[in-house]
Amino acid sequence: MPGIATLRAMSSALKNRVISSTELTQEHLATIAADKTNSFITVAKDSALAQAKRAEQMREQGSSHPLTGVPLAHKDIFCTKGITTTCGSRMLENFVAPYDAHVVALLNQAGMVTLGKTNMDEFAMGSSNESSHFGPVSNPWNMDKVPGGSSGGSAAAVAAGLVACATGTDTGGSIRQPAALCGITGLKPTYGRISRYGMIAFASSLDQAGPMTCDAEDAALMLSAMAGFDSKDSTSAQRQDAWLADFAEHGIPDLERPLKIGLPQEYYADLSNGSIIEAVQKTLAQQGHELVDVSLPHTQAAIPVYYVIAGAEASTNLSRYDGVRFGHRCENPQSLEDLYKRSRSEGFGDEVKRRILTGTYTLSVGYFDAYYIKAQQIRRLISEDFNNVFANVDVLLTPTSPTPAFSQGQLSDDPIAMYQQDLYTVPTSLAGLPALSMPCGFVDGLPVGAQLIAPAFREDVLLGLAAQYQKHSDWHLQRPNGFRVSKEWVA
Amino acid sequence: MSEAKPTIDLPHLANLARLNFDSDSSESARADLEKIIAMIDAMQAVNTEGVAPLSHPLDGAQRLRQDLVTETEQRDNFQSTAPATSEGYYLVPRVVD
Repeated sequence: MPGIATLRAMSSALKNRVISSTELTQEHLATIAADKTNSFITVAKDSALAQAKRAEQMREQGSSHPLTGVPLAHKDIFCTKGITTTCGSRMLENFVAPYDAHVVALLNQAGMVTLGKTNMDEFAMGSSNESSHFGPVSNPWNMDKVPGGSSGGSAAAVAAGLVACATGTDTGGSIRQPAALCGITGLKPTYGRISRYGMIAFASSLDQAGPMTCDAEDAALMLSAMAGFDSKDSTSAQRQDAWLADFAEHGIPDLERPLKIGLPQEYYADLSNGSIIEAVQKTLAQQGHELVDVSLPHTQAAIPVYYVIAGAEASTNLSRYDGVRFGHRCENPQSLEDLYKRSRSEGFGDEVKRRILTGTYTLSVGYFDAYYIKAQQIRRLISEDFNNVFANVDVLLTPTSPTPAFSQGQLSDDPIAMYQQDLYTVPTSLAGLPALSMPCGFVDGLPVGAQLIAPAFREDVLLGLAAQYQKHSDWHLQRPNGFRVSKEWVA
Repeated sequence: MSEAKPTIDLPHLANLARLNFDSDSSESARADLEKIIAMIDAMQAVNTEGVAPLSHPLDGAQRLRQDLVTETEQRDNFQSTAPATSEGYYLVPRVVD
């Protein structure tokens, strides 16, 4: 196994010609070949080596983009031209997208090398990576535990040192919860910050892509390459945030002033490992920040509201899988009706069917107002809760998930218990706000994450505070079996 | 809500969702859905009188653009992923005799 290093370490090693991108890619491919976590659904060896060659040419021709030649992995929800995109489903087992997702195109333009596609809960529906058609992923810290989900393969791959950075998507916590459970840094940007074009849709008013990395500095570098307006996404935000390029070029600057950090009491009520998050509070207080209790009174309603809205949007989005234009088609359909029903029933797994049925129920005649409209009304109340507290504080600090990684199979027969995993991540998604999970300790050898939440489009605050915390802690540098993340490339 | 909810009509929902369930999986799907709906019903306790629904987190207006051609025809490319095509058409079982 080569040393585990940050993106920035690899970037400077490439710049200083300590290693070539082909050598770096070959080392990564060899590590992935020996992987036991099942983090990858597809390894794209040939195209990765071709991209590495191209990156070498780009560097020779003077490309100064820091990510040129650096390997990464994409969650298998992003369309990649020429590489299978399964979304963790039998439905798309053989689907090769005819185009690249916007995020993929941007990172290709930067000269990054795509090693392959990472495992995930089917159609991003899950919190344990157990609903994948391609088998569960193991948590590198304990192979019997889940890595979280739905971006479980991306999180496990970074934690296991298979890659320094992977893309993820977050609909109700799918970047932050696996980042917490695997001991890495995960950023869900503001809704609209990163284009959804070519990102297979689950719940369109919630889905957001983001980076999963070793630390906040790497997350800032990735965010600046992934973000930006895209006319192909009707909800893409038109923003001129100069700090994105500044952070990528010069690193994350020191915070200009001490922050007022809110502690939402609803997130601390049922906490079993409170001492860990209290230690984070202490570290932040020592840096001069002021911590104050705040209240987000509609927090308890967030899980029901989320499962109404996400289910409704999922049942609508997934109606496109009909066995006609792409995706799984049943054998010998007897009629058009039979073609639809058998193709869908064979192609989708149990959790996806559960969400489709939930959405079909809440959108059906007689229930629409009681469920869908009601959920949208509470969504506004949840959003206003955040607006109210952000009138008085700069950022919020909460646990990322209620528990550390749980055992494989522990919750798979109990969908309701599984849904509670999203308790601390879902409200932010409903409000479209940016949030970051950073490693902050261990329970029984399993990593725990702290979540920072900021007002819309203030990822700079999240990254600034996380970078400062990571200067005063080393949880983010710890890896399974005593390995450590290096900030320098060690040949 | 005080009145008892009618039992979920799974065959009807499955038909709307274009899904098939055999008798075993139908029973477990119905039981799971009942639990999910019961969990969701907790939100009915929230007072939402006079609250406007929020359908989009940024609550923004739809962006408009000029009605110009921006895409080129790529039928062969897009149909390369289709299960069955003929002469540029998607093939499905016979609908009209």
